[in-house]
Amino acid sequence: MNAVIAIIRRDLLLAMRRKSEVLTALFFFIIVVSLFPLGIGPETALLRKIAPGILWVAALLATMLGLARLFAPDHADGTLEQMVLAPAPLGLLVTGKIIAHWITTGLPLVLLAPVLGIQFDLDTGALGILVVALLLGTPLLSLIGAIGAALTLGVRGGGVLLSVLVLPLYVPALIFGAGAVEAHISGLGAGGHLSLLAALLALAVFFAPWATTAALRIALE
Amino acid sequence: MNWESPAAFFAMGGYGLYVWGSFGVCAALMILEPILASRRRMDILRSLRRESLAETLDKL
Amino acid sequence: MSNNRIIHWFKYASPQSFYPLAGKMIPWFWGLAAAFFVSGLYISFFVAPTDFQQGEGYRIIFIHVPAAWMSMFIYLVMAFWAGLGLALNTRLSSMMAQALAPTGAIMAFLSLWTGALWGKPMWGAWWVWDARLTSALILFFLYIGFIALQAAIDDARRADKAGAILALVGVVNVPIIYFSVKWWNTLHQGASVSLTKAPSMATTMLWGMLIMALAFWMYSIALALTRVRAIILEREAHTEWVKELPEVKGNGQ
Repeated sequence: MNAVIAIIRRDLLLAMRRKSEVLTALFFFIIVVSLFPLGIGPETALLRKIAPGILWVAALLATMLGLARLFAPDHADGTLEQMVLAPAPLGLLVTGKIIAHWITTGLPLVLLAPVLGIQFDLDTGALGILVVALLLGTPLLSLIGAIGAALTLGVRGGGVLLSVLVLPLYVPALIFGAGAVEAHISGLGAGGHLSLLAALLALAVFFAPWATTAALRIALE
Repeated sequence: MNWESPAAFFAMGGYGLYVWGSFGVCAALMILEPILASRRRMDILRSLRRESLAETLDKL
Repeated sequence: MSNNRIIHWFKYASPQSFYPLAGKMIPWFWGLAAAFFVSGLYISFFVAPTDFQQGEGYRIIFIHVPAAWMSMFIYLVMAFWAGLGLALNTRLSSMMAQALAPTGAIMAFLSLWTGALWGKPMWGAWWVWDARLTSALILFFLYIGFIALQAAIDDARRADKAGAILALVGVVNVPIIYFSVKWWNTLHQGASVSLTKAPSMATTMLWGMLIMALAFWMYSIALALTRVRAIILEREAHTEWVKELPEVKGNGQ
């Protein structure tokens, strides 16, 4: 447990030193979300309808941007090898890194999304559901994305390849996450969607660090 | 299934474009893929033969 | 006696022994494929009757459904071989997975293409976001990801193992993805009739689909064996047994 906390603290410290990377991903999120009304038109009813989907897709893309930073810097300066050799189980350390990644990438999205949701004229109830859905979904995205990041560590065409690998796997999260908000708006209640999202999160917490660790070992052989 | 004439067969009750578009592309892919796969094997064999020849010539 | 049989079986786990075995099997599978295609196509065009609702256009299912089945089946088999290669550290299993991927991707593409050509006259749109087609699209993406990952990694063994993890993660995700897409589809009341529903299926239609599916299956095996032979040669290029192959040493000597 100490090891996990130590890793989280370390990664957060490093992220604080390189605030620009974290902030750039956030601004990417904001810009992408703002592009859609510009491309589609300012009609409020339409925007309200597409808002959940847009916010979620933008969240997916912003998370993808941050994934490249998950293992690559540590791999470059040799810290990753040290982690493999460390007495603490690699799975725990990897989990710590994923948690730190979520804190620097996912959590800001969760906090920022309702603000952007106002641009799309979503009501407070919908915004609340959006926050809960993203709260469940963004860790899921970090967990699944970590597998992709480990698989493509040091590989040519890394960033784009990572997207090609991971975005199809993000589809269930997108469907249930955006669907939760839409279900709330249409009066059907978001309970079903949110429960499924939570179930996926539980599944991912169980399996993703394991797969990520296996992929890391393969990458470092 | 009795077709009145070859023309009726090709027309497929008005759906000719779609039916033959499907069967046609399927046939095309199922001819192309094996050709590419065996071409791949031919290529590697050719380069292996060249290497083997080079080796025997080197030994001379 | 049973010990002998076990040893015989594992003998074919080496690329060296599998290469000639595959070579002998390929013509048989092409033969089977041809036989099934001839009978399947005959049923598709000359036995299966005109559909009451969809006219002659429905005959596309004789390609669409087998292609969809094969794309899913091949993914499972591919993941199985890749996983086996990862667990047992056998090169040949990973080569088999590598050989299957392009064929699976083409099957997935074919199911999308025929799905579109079936959808246009039936529902008026080239693309319908029903659960099956959308899942097929994502399956196609999963294939492309697998192929892209293996292509991007230079070291063959790392490519094998990384691909295996990706394929296994994919296999776990495919049912989740299919379920989520089905959920999404029913809630959005998108396609009111699923492309996969052919409620009044005459027995002949079923037989046609089954035989065409067998044809696709034999075709895929023949193709995968052909491709794995090329892959074996590529990856074992500098071994003695490859250099001693009659195809390599040239005619005669």
